[in-house]
Amino acid sequence: MGGYGDVKLLRDDGKRLDGRAIDEMRAVTIEAGVLPAADGSAMVTHGLNVAVAAVYGPMEAHPRKIQRQDRAVIDVRYNMAPFSTGDRIRPGFNRRSREISKVTAEALESVVLVERYPRSKIRVEIEILAAEAGTRCAGITAASVALADAGIPMRDMIVGVASGKIEDTVVLDLDKAEDNYGQADLPVGILPNTGEIAFLQMDGDLSIDEYNLAMEYNFKAAKEIHEVMADALKRRYERGDA
Amino acid sequence: MSKGQVGAEQRLVTPGMVIGPATGKRAGSGTIAENNEFIATRLGWLNERNDVVSVLPINSAYMPRSGDLIIGYVAEVRNNLWFFDVNGPFQALLPMSLAPWKVEYGSTRQHLGIGDAALARIQEVDETHNMVLTMKGVGLRRLNEGAVVSIPVNLVDTLRGENNATLSRIRDVTNCRIIVGDNGRVWIHGDAEDMLASRQLIQTLQQEGHKNTFETAVLALENERGEH
Repeated sequence: MGGYGDVKLLRDDGKRLDGRAIDEMRAVTIEAGVLPAADGSAMVTHGLNVAVAAVYGPMEAHPRKIQRQDRAVIDVRYNMAPFSTGDRIRPGFNRRSREISKVTAEALESVVLVERYPRSKIRVEIEILAAEAGTRCAGITAASVALADAGIPMRDMIVGVASGKIEDTVVLDLDKAEDNYGQADLPVGILPNTGEIAFLQMDGDLSIDEYNLAMEYNFKAAKEIHEVMADALKRRYERGDA
Repeated sequence: MSKGQVGAEQRLVTPGMVIGPATGKRAGSGTIAENNEFIATRLGWLNERNDVVSVLPINSAYMPRSGDLIIGYVAEVRNNLWFFDVNGPFQALLPMSLAPWKVEYGSTRQHLGIGDAALARIQEVDETHNMVLTMKGVGLRRLNEGAVVSIPVNLVDTLRGENNATLSRIRDVTNCRIIVGDNGRVWIHGDAEDMLASRQLIQTLQQEGHKNTFETAVLALENERGEH
C-alpha cells in the first residue's frame, strides 16, 4: 500500500478528484422488492456500484451435514458479474468472493435471529452488477434490506460503509481510483440503531487517530444510509389510502 | 403512554427500530425487549393490544403451529406414511394411523399419490420443526376437485376478515366453496366462471390488500352479480 505515491488524489482546493469533500459520501439509492420470484430482494446503487441481493427461505438446510440443531445457517453467495468491471471477471467462485461471502454470512448471522429457525437455511445471493470500489459494503446493505423484505426477524439491519486514507488524509467512501492508489481502506458493517459493529476489515495502515476519524465518518455515513434503507422498505408498503 | 399507535394511523416499522419504552408492557411477536426498550425485529405494522406490543409482519414465511388447518401436497410416499409439502421450511409427516382410511401396510399409494392435495390439520410440531399431520377430523379429506391458489401467509387473516366476514362475502358473491389454509393455500371449488371470479378477487387482495382497491373490487362484483 502507498506504493503509488506520485498519484494525485486530492485537488489543490482540498476536494477529491470527483469533486466530493473529504467527508462526503457517494450517492446511495435503494429499492426493495426488485425480484418478484425471491422471498425478499433489494437493489442498492452506491456511486457507480450496483448490487442486487435476493433472499430465499428459511428452508430445509441441504446437505444435511450443514444443518445445525439449534439454529439456522445463513448461506451467502457473493458474486461479481463478469461484466461488472472493465477487465472481464472469470465467472464463478474465486478466493476473493469466497472471503466476502464468508464475512458477510458471519455479519448477518449476528443480527438475524437464527435461533428461531433450527435446522433451516436462509439463502442470500448477492450479485454485483457494476463495481467501482466498495462492493462488499453495497452487498451487505443490499442483503440486509432483502432480509427485512423477506420478513426474516432481525435484531437490527447492517449498513455497509467504508472510509480510507489517501495522501495521508482520512476520507469517507473511497471510489475506484482512491481504493487502487490510496493508502488504506476500512470497510465496516454497522448496526445503525445500537451502534454495534458486525464486521470490520482493514487494508493498509491507519494510526489510532486516523482510525478513530475514519470510524467517525463511517458512523455518520451509516446513519444516512440507514435512512435510505428504511425509506426503501417503507416506500414499498406505504398504505395507498393513508 | 402509547407511543406506538397514534389514533387509527398505523406505524410501519423496520427491523432494529426502537418502538418505545418497555415499561408495563410485554413483547409480542416481531419484537424483542433490550435495555428496557422494545425493538422491532421485522418489517411490518406496529400493533398494541392488551399491553402486548407486536409487529404484524408484511411478509413472512409459514411457521407451522399445532392445530393449523393446512392444505398440503404429497411430496413423498413410503409404505406406512406420507410426506407433505406444507409450504413450510420442512416437510410434514402423515402416518397411516392418522389417515382417515383403513390403510394396510404398503397400500399407502392407493389412497394418496405424489402431487395429490389434501386438507389436513397439524397434530404437533416439535422445536426442531418435525411436524406430524392428522387427517382424522371433521372435513379433513383429499381434495379431488377444485383449485388451490397460493397467497402470502401474512394475508391469510386479511382474506378471512373479522369473524370470517371477508371470506363469507367472497363466498357469497362468487358462489364458490372456499377453504383458507393457515399455510397460505386456498382451495376454491365452484363453476369455472365463479372460480375465475374468486381467483381474481383473491389476486386483487394479494396485490392491493393494503389499499382500498380490494373493497372496490368486491363491491363492483356484488353490484354486477346482484343485478342478474
